[in-house]
Amino acid sequence: MATRTVTIASSVGLHARPASLFVQAVNATGLDVEIGRAGEDAIDATSILGVMALGAKHGEEVILTAEGDGAEEALDSLVELLSRDLDAE
Amino acid sequence: MTDAIRGIGVSPGAAVGPVVQVRPPVRPPDSEPAAADPAAEHVRVKAVFESVAVTLEERASGADETAQQILTATALIARDKGLQKAIGKHLAAGKGPATAVTAAVEEYAAQFEALGGYFAERVTDLKDVRNRAVARLLGKADPGVPDFDVPSVIVAHDLAPAETATLNPSMVRAIVTEAGGRTSHTAILAAQMGIPAVVQFAGATTIPAGTVVAVDGDSGEVTLNPSEDYQRELVGKRERRRSALAGSAGPGRTRDGHPIALLANIGGVDDAVSAAAQDLEGVGLFRTEFVFLSRDSAPTLAEQTEIYTKVFEPFGTRRVVVRTLDAGADKPLAFADLGPEENPALGKRGLRLSALRPDLLDTQLEALGAAAKVTRAEVKVMAPMVATPEEAAWFARRVRENGLPSVGVMIEVPGAALLAKQVLAEVDFGSLGTNDLAQYTMAADRMEGELSDLLDPWQPAVLKVIGHACDGAKVAGKPMGVCGEAGGDPLLALVLAGLGVGSLSMAPSKVGIVRFSLSLHDLATCHGMATAALDARTAADAREAVIAMAHEDLTALL
Repeated sequence: MATRTVTIASSVGLHARPASLFVQAVNATGLDVEIGRAGEDAIDATSILGVMALGAKHGEEVILTAEGDGAEEALDSLVELLSRDLDAE
Repeated sequence: MTDAIRGIGVSPGAAVGPVVQVRPPVRPPDSEPAAADPAAEHVRVKAVFESVAVTLEERASGADETAQQILTATALIARDKGLQKAIGKHLAAGKGPATAVTAAVEEYAAQFEALGGYFAERVTDLKDVRNRAVARLLGKADPGVPDFDVPSVIVAHDLAPAETATLNPSMVRAIVTEAGGRTSHTAILAAQMGIPAVVQFAGATTIPAGTVVAVDGDSGEVTLNPSEDYQRELVGKRERRRSALAGSAGPGRTRDGHPIALLANIGGVDDAVSAAAQDLEGVGLFRTEFVFLSRDSAPTLAEQTEIYTKVFEPFGTRRVVVRTLDAGADKPLAFADLGPEENPALGKRGLRLSALRPDLLDTQLEALGAAAKVTRAEVKVMAPMVATPEEAAWFARRVRENGLPSVGVMIEVPGAALLAKQVLAEVDFGSLGTNDLAQYTMAADRMEGELSDLLDPWQPAVLKVIGHACDGAKVAGKPMGVCGEAGGDPLLALVLAGLGVGSLSMAPSKVGIVRFSLSLHDLATCHGMATAALDARTAADAREAVIAMAHEDLTALL
């Protein structure tokens, strides 16, 4: 199982446009990706309602996990996405 | 056959066209039977949600960028696995399909509403998905404004601000609603777009789609299947009005030359550009909320300066009266959420919010000062929801510190109207916000369409409070204007002039008839009308008394 820790760079946190772009990118990988905070149950990252309800703020660390072929590469690209200020773009 | 009923005309003009009914949301039936096979039913529910997602994506492809993002995100919600899981649980527990969908959406909505701010706003998208899915599950058409391709009369129980704002003005001949009031968003937006509108029209939603109706936005009359004669009469009236108004131009004046400035209410850069092109003397109310609402973080000094410059520029050297941020519990800001309130209209809104978040006000004033410097407009700044002289003094100090020479206050709290002399001693001018002043004087919620009669600005009690405020302004030696919808009523404008008001600000589409009305009456007649209106027993009596004293060239157009 591949795992990454990433800090949310978007100034508005992981909701609004950033959440929508993130979920679209997760769907594009075709893998089971989960997102969560350390020490908490992870949630399905393909669910926009779940991702928004997570309420991850700007500067907060989240953990991504994925399984299956290409999981490492997929997570690298998602980490890269979350490390940008998606709302400013 | 001709069948006329009357509502309340809130945006002037006359139009004839076929009815397009805005469909209301469909509710799941009470005690909807459980699905015989919950797993099979869930497959059907999923297919319906998929079809909703496809519809949203289709709409997204034809929309502008902002709408596209919202619609794409809403399509993601329609395909949400978590939502489907929750629906599956409710189906398995024995709920019918539409009931299961409603229950699952309600769980998410409650969660988002509890998170507040931005999340609470997304509840609208979630409910849009639910409304479409529930309608389709029950074999009904999607709720909302259907697609239509000939200019039509839009009919609804009530229109949400978003629905009104997304209407294409060239395709809308008129708007008729069953609910809503004189100062509802529908009324204000329709007047702004110059579309005739009637609210509080009983039975509007029962008119079959496609029925041809004639709408008179002045009298509030709506006629189903109008006869040729009536259509001619309506067109004739529109023409009479047009030719009467064509003859009047220039600054507002009574017949004997007493000046009453005619100004526009605007809410953004587009409004500014279109208002500036018209024959009016400037802006009496520039609502700045649009700069702040539906944003996740506070707009920066540079962003605000650019927007204000674009608003001031088109007016040349004319005046532009800016109202500072008027937000609060009923218009929450994602970045300045002070929490829910029991009575938002009586809560931490307007200047009260600015007092709690002076950083927001200071940035806005600095931006206004910078924009005023680079343009030639005569910029004046006023605060909303001022109740006391201390508040007026606090605001005035901050405005003057930013190099803005003219500061005023809105008079919309009855307390401030009664103490106008002391309040206005602290500032340079006052502006009566008649919509809120009526709401607070009569203790009637503006959003409550059924209370329209109490909110009528012709209520003698409201006129008395206005008169008292004008007297206070006179003693303090400060000018008083009006920037509520009352200023755009050609009869009421005469009463206001008689009470001592020196400027009237309104939707630009109303300026022509008000100018015409003022030009027909001298100030002494206006004084007489004011005395009669204040002395009346009811709002209807007040209006009747003024009509009896008005020039026949005006009453022929009403």
